[in-house]
Amino acid sequence: MSLWEFANPVRFMALSGKVLPWVIGLTALTLIPGLIWGFFFTPEAVNFGNSVKIIYVHVPSAMMAINIWVMMLVTSLIWIVRRHHVSVRAAKAAALIGVTMTVIALITGAIWGEPMWGTYWAWDPRLTSFLILFLFYLGYMALWAAIENPDTAADLTSVLCIVGSVFALLSRYAVNFWNQGLHQGASLSMDKEEHVADVYYLPLLLCLAGFVLLFIALVLIRTRTELRLVRLHRLEIRERMKDA
Amino acid sequence: MLELGKYADAILSSWGATLALLIALILVTWRRSVQVKKALHTAEKRASGNG
Amino acid sequence: MIALLVRDMRLAMRAGGGFGLGLAFFLIVSTLVPFGVGPEAAILSRIAPGILWVGALLACLLSLDRIFQLDFEDGSLDLLATAPIPMEGTVAIKALAHWLVTGLPLTLAAPAFGALMNLQSPGHYWIFVTLLIGTPALSMIGAFGAALTVGLKRGGLLLSLLVLPLYIPTLIFGAEAATRGTAGLSALTPLLIMAGITAGSVALLPFAAASALRINLR
Repeated sequence: MSLWEFANPVRFMALSGKVLPWVIGLTALTLIPGLIWGFFFTPEAVNFGNSVKIIYVHVPSAMMAINIWVMMLVTSLIWIVRRHHVSVRAAKAAALIGVTMTVIALITGAIWGEPMWGTYWAWDPRLTSFLILFLFYLGYMALWAAIENPDTAADLTSVLCIVGSVFALLSRYAVNFWNQGLHQGASLSMDKEEHVADVYYLPLLLCLAGFVLLFIALVLIRTRTELRLVRLHRLEIRERMKDA
Repeated sequence: MLELGKYADAILSSWGATLALLIALILVTWRRSVQVKKALHTAEKRASGNG
Repeated sequence: MIALLVRDMRLAMRAGGGFGLGLAFFLIVSTLVPFGVGPEAAILSRIAPGILWVGALLACLLSLDRIFQLDFEDGSLDLLATAPIPMEGTVAIKALAHWLVTGLPLTLAAPAFGALMNLQSPGHYWIFVTLLIGTPALSMIGAFGAALTVGLKRGGLLLSLLVLPLYIPTLIFGAEAATRGTAGLSALTPLLIMAGITAGSVALLPFAAASALRINLR
């Protein structure tokens, strides 16, 4: 038995239906305690004061924002190469989650930036990259929404996702270059992932796991919805052809 | 109540925004899932009813 | 292939679309920015390379949807798909035609419009060079976006939404090179990277655009 067995929509529906309650349960078991731990039971940090608590929503959402795009790239490639319906529907299902994560990362980053750097927005390479990532998500979703034929939409959005990934990566380096070019050495990055003590690290880890599980649960539900929509679409076409 | 100090506004607003967005996402996903499930159910019934 | 190029350029000129309109738009942007920013010469000359780049980019965007739309509507795109030229070649030629009627005139006009923004002496040269190297990438990326949206009734706005993020790297390196060159600094690195982006786009994007066109023609 190979992994591709799950690419069959029927098998996927059966399996994901069985797995889903477990994933939802695990999400609740990690995300809720993680967030509560992070919010109520973590001490102040020396440099950041209590504002360090924002890390528990900011870092997980930022990591998910990038990883979800990577997941969409992989599933789009699988669709282009092997034409498995589950794959491309999963990419579509993930897009809205990805864009939400990007918005959360941007908003929490801006709110955190105000007390830390004295400004809501700076054209710091990381912030700028996220704004660009947000634009790419928007374009991807807009293309899905604009095309009526689901198979054409699947093909075109996959092509866009692949080409877009290349340009997103290019933008990442371009932005690095561009900002350093403007203000030499005045970087605002805080290297937050490095030197974080265990008191903050453990709840952060739990939150990260919670966000990953939440994403898996949501993407399973949304992929199931998308597959049902495909089936619904087919049934409607068949009905219309019978009527005609 | 927890003492958040001078960063209370920042912490509460960022956590509030995050939770609001996540809950909205979950609700949208869940509602759409129920809607589509129902629609597919009726469509399948009709299809099998017509032969 | 040359026949196709000539035909496309003639169509573009005659239809009164891209050619004059893009230039006029570029001129208007170059006029409006000083109204918005204020007439101080020092500020204007500092932002001039960036404004010229953004203006050229937007002007380029205006005529993108015409690359394939008309041919798609009257069915000649189907003919081209079955023609002996591979689809990739057709896409490349059409992007080249687009560049010749919009990118090249914009490049030629930019140094002159720079005068409106008090662009200083080496700046004319640099804006010309960077646009000359960068605009082919804009046309090619635009052709890819146009290929994605060709089947849509109201693709114009979507096309901008898809294409503008893809323009970011070219814009950053192009404007950076122009700004550095104007300020008398070494602009070699961004210039080379931008040249790399142009070369990569011209070499690879015809394949992506052609596959998008084939999907749309199915």
